[in-house]
Amino acid sequence: MSEVNSVPLAPPTAPGREHFVRSVLLNPLGLAAVVILVVVVAAAVFAPLLAPFDATAVRIFKVNALPGEGYLLGGDGAGRDILSRLIYGTRNTLLGALTVVVVACAIGVTAGLFAGYYGRRLDLVASWIFDALMALPAIIVLLALYQSLGSSIYLSMVVFGVLLSPGFYRLTRNLVQNVKHELYIDAARVSGLSDLRIMRRHILLVIRAPVVIQIAIVAGVAIVIQAGLEFLGLGDPSVPTWGGMLQDAFQNIYVTPLSLIWPGVAIGLTVMAFVLLANAIRDRMQSGGAAPARAVRREPARSGSSAMAAPADPDIVLDVRDLVVGYPDGGRDREVVTGVSLQLRRGEGLGLVGESGSGKTQTAFAILGLLSPGGRILRGSILFGGRDLAGLPEAGMRELRGRRIAYIPQEPMSNLDPSFRIGFQLVEPMVTVLGISRAEAKARALRLLARVGMPDPERTFRSYPHQISGGMAQRVLIAGAIACNPDLLIADEPTTALDVTVQAEVLDLLRDLQAEFNMSMILVTHNFGVVADICHRVAVMKDGAIVETNEVRELFAKPRHQYTRMLLDAVLEDGDTRAYTPRALPEVA
Amino acid sequence: MDEPVLVDCRDVDTFFGTHHVLKRVSLTIRYGETVGLVGESGSGKTTLGRAILGIGPVSSGRILFEGVDIAGVPPRERRGNAAAIQAVFQDPYTSLNPSMTIEDILTEPIVARGMATRAEAATRVRALLDQVALPVDAAGRYPREFSGGQRQRIAIARALGLSPRLIVCDEPVSALDLSTQARVLDLFVEIQERTGVAYLFVSHDLAVVRHISHRVAVMRGGEIVEFGECDQVTARPRHDYTRRLLLAAPVADPDRQAARRAELRAMSMKA
Amino acid sequence: MVRYMARRVASGVFLLFSISILTFALMFGSTKNVASNLLGESASQEQIAALNHELGLDRPLTTQYLDWLRGALRGDLGKSWTSNVRIGEELQRRLPVTLSIVVVSIALMTVLAALLGIAAAVRGGWLDRVIQVGSVVGFAMPNFWLALLLVIFFAINLRWLPATGYVSITASPQAWAASLVLPVLALAFSGIASASQQVRGAIIDALRQDYVRTLRARGVSRRSILFRHALRNAMPAALTVLSVQFIALLGGAAIIERVFAIPGMGSLTVTSALGGDVPMLMGIVVTLVVLVILVNVAIDVINAWVNPKVRIS
Repeated sequence: MSEVNSVPLAPPTAPGREHFVRSVLLNPLGLAAVVILVVVVAAAVFAPLLAPFDATAVRIFKVNALPGEGYLLGGDGAGRDILSRLIYGTRNTLLGALTVVVVACAIGVTAGLFAGYYGRRLDLVASWIFDALMALPAIIVLLALYQSLGSSIYLSMVVFGVLLSPGFYRLTRNLVQNVKHELYIDAARVSGLSDLRIMRRHILLVIRAPVVIQIAIVAGVAIVIQAGLEFLGLGDPSVPTWGGMLQDAFQNIYVTPLSLIWPGVAIGLTVMAFVLLANAIRDRMQSGGAAPARAVRREPARSGSSAMAAPADPDIVLDVRDLVVGYPDGGRDREVVTGVSLQLRRGEGLGLVGESGSGKTQTAFAILGLLSPGGRILRGSILFGGRDLAGLPEAGMRELRGRRIAYIPQEPMSNLDPSFRIGFQLVEPMVTVLGISRAEAKARALRLLARVGMPDPERTFRSYPHQISGGMAQRVLIAGAIACNPDLLIADEPTTALDVTVQAEVLDLLRDLQAEFNMSMILVTHNFGVVADICHRVAVMKDGAIVETNEVRELFAKPRHQYTRMLLDAVLEDGDTRAYTPRALPEVA
Repeated sequence: MDEPVLVDCRDVDTFFGTHHVLKRVSLTIRYGETVGLVGESGSGKTTLGRAILGIGPVSSGRILFEGVDIAGVPPRERRGNAAAIQAVFQDPYTSLNPSMTIEDILTEPIVARGMATRAEAATRVRALLDQVALPVDAAGRYPREFSGGQRQRIAIARALGLSPRLIVCDEPVSALDLSTQARVLDLFVEIQERTGVAYLFVSHDLAVVRHISHRVAVMRGGEIVEFGECDQVTARPRHDYTRRLLLAAPVADPDRQAARRAELRAMSMKA
Repeated sequence: MVRYMARRVASGVFLLFSISILTFALMFGSTKNVASNLLGESASQEQIAALNHELGLDRPLTTQYLDWLRGALRGDLGKSWTSNVRIGEELQRRLPVTLSIVVVSIALMTVLAALLGIAAAVRGGWLDRVIQVGSVVGFAMPNFWLALLLVIFFAINLRWLPATGYVSITASPQAWAASLVLPVLALAFSGIASASQQVRGAIIDALRQDYVRTLRARGVSRRSILFRHALRNAMPAALTVLSVQFIALLGGAAIIERVFAIPGMGSLTVTSALGGDVPMLMGIVVTLVVLVILVNVAIDVINAWVNPKVRIS
């Protein structure tokens, strides 16, 4: 009974425990990082065995010795072996980093956990305190408090940990706040789990990986800053430290510049290992996510399609033939649309119906040339306005979009830029596409707002998206879509996110506009009722292909394909309702 | 006629700051009954459901569960059968912790209530998966390996773990495909007939509510505007708003839809 | 909006006071050793007690603080313990020096991070990789090590730029610029690295938003989408980076000034720390915190102004 998981875009999830470590190690950079860190730790633990000489043994004749003169990496300003000092220095470095990380993590994560979960006053107070800590320049404070701390570099590292705890606090608090409202937390509360148990079982799981990443980065920062302080002369001069070695090299910079290299490289490599480890973990976490958004350059399809540019019937506005759309998956292409053909006449409304994963939205985006990053038209043609859109480069598509082909998205609020006024978002594209002046575009926009049913166009024009409701936002988007009088309108589930009463009004609006402007329309939907309300013809899609196309009345009355029949049967009809019979009290199992 | 009632909400009032979200809401749920709660966004239907679950605030009024007032009592402090009230939420992708195995998810409420140890609960898992028609090997897998419909089944199995007398279902099929929707609804009905559990079925979709409910309450702006037998409310509503809700939902028949459109338009003109 | 600004300023003032109290308590509270530090190991008990009395260290802590506070509000930060200068004057001399380095570094960093970040986000490919690698290296390399390498290469070997010293801009603009090149490069380098990564991330996030697709569907040009919409929405993240970097640079300047023997606040901090000149350190910390608070308030105000939800309320 296990159904195939057909959801193409899985939401990013926390990694399963089993493969986590292994996959980080499989990443070459991650492996290199782990190797370097293992070497450093081994050097610290086995220093007496590995170091060729005593790190503090002064030999006058080896002062500023060049590499090879008895000392592998040369001698420092006091004639001590640089290599041995490097090896012993790992102890100091690691101890310092460990101190910082433990303190910062303990304070920051704990505070973030409670402040994020309980919120309100605890959050206010904690955030204020940690913001205050963040305002302090760390090195300055550490220098200032140095003597008060008894001139101990380790106590300084403790204070440094305190100064770095805001980073952990912010991270943990934000993560917890994001997770706090997830439904599975609600489910846990309903099940009677105490707050502490919820934090332990659910929230810690989620914050695990980001905190580990932060630890790696903070360790890197700690090492660099500690080296800096030692370079300035803080700390115990009798203990070999990498920063102290740099100070020594600095004092002899005119004599042996070479001795600068080794401690610097040691610091750089160790910190780099931490950062690469952090990156490898982060990459592993995001392995389910999408690649970064890039300019999608359309690959031209078959070059022969331009010969068939003119469709047979002049009344046909859009002619899609054997369209195949795919996304790269490993080495091959995974096809999400597997050969779709459809035709659209002028003024006609076509409903594109299907369940999730049917490819209906991908078909719509392919026509618009707005597939998600990575998506390509692999085969087929899209004939529109005498051209084949499948082979058209981006510049050509840009001319058509907004002017001849328009788009209405599903989710109104997230499709308006929250930082700009609605008026601006209506006017800006009109100026670009139609080449008219700002003033003229504004007048047009106001007329459009009135046409789509806004009670106060002026006010809406001046408003920001967060000041209007979802239904109004969708009308604004419709106004924007019809602004340049397009020939073809592609609407992607335009009413799914709206309340049902608002939905009816918006559907009325779309129908009126379609008739008035004689626009052809493709309406992507999963709702047969919407199709019955507003479309002339309907195509049913399944697994990337169209299984049936017909006039609306025909399809509803006499569905030909089994899948169509199954879908229509699934529509809840006005059958008999359930009758209630009083129950005997059930036994608790 | 004076049968014992499982849930009795009396004049429940809730404020979010100054925003009056629930206004003297009263409704009842009988043993083994499904009461559908319909409304658009902002109607307060979800707030009422959460109040009954104990994870939402109640400013005044009473929520009697088997005669005991549980208004404002968080789930952890509820005792007896009230402690077993469970929920199935809307989003199958975020109602299951993605880092936990199905077995962990299903045993969590049972162990949390101290009704069994981990080991004992583990044997229950098989029975629960059976009840929702999922294979036994699902126990060791993670939510991301399942489809939306299957995840809702898992959520239902989780809810059944405590043998509850009431399950609050908050838009449980709204995020599912049409074909899956029908199957999951049938599962809800089958479970109710087998175990006698009652549902508060919250939804924005009148058709869905009609399919599964015995009685239906319609909410708008924090108030219940109509509450009655399912057939009457969803086919011959008395209140104007319910009528408008009914007419606004499009049906899969072009001619009938055209007629409903005309009727809706006529209603709006009169208003 | 005005209320927001007022709240931020008030919060900043409160912050300043809290930090001053805390720092004072930490530094002056444990000055048992100060006198012996200043006088040396061989000081006798009477000498220590006498110095303590002279410096006012035998009074209760709160009295000491209030005294200091009264002076500070008048602009008088006291006198140094190790030299005979007035703290206020010394700070006045040194602050512009450090500021010139930090401001130029921040400016350079902002411009480069913005360009690199946008390029990496939009173009991707090899440029993105190079920038990513560069940012890892920049983060891992201590800036003072880079400074030393720069000194060896440009100052000692090539003799193009001075290895040490600082020339004030009023004396000679060219020499001033020349004396700044190496310090600024060293200071800014690691900042550019992480800042460009943040900018890149913010731009990528902004370009992933739903409304970007809708804008493209309306026919808006790619350039307009990037430079108007994406940039505007990425600004809060970028400004946060700016504020964090400013604070980091103030600290990093301490080490860089030491390497290049620049008479700024940073090197003053180091000498005061090693010498135990507590009131000077107090003055430095307070001055720098004031600076940071001013910058943070400014950034918060810009952020709030850019965000319509805050601006209109």
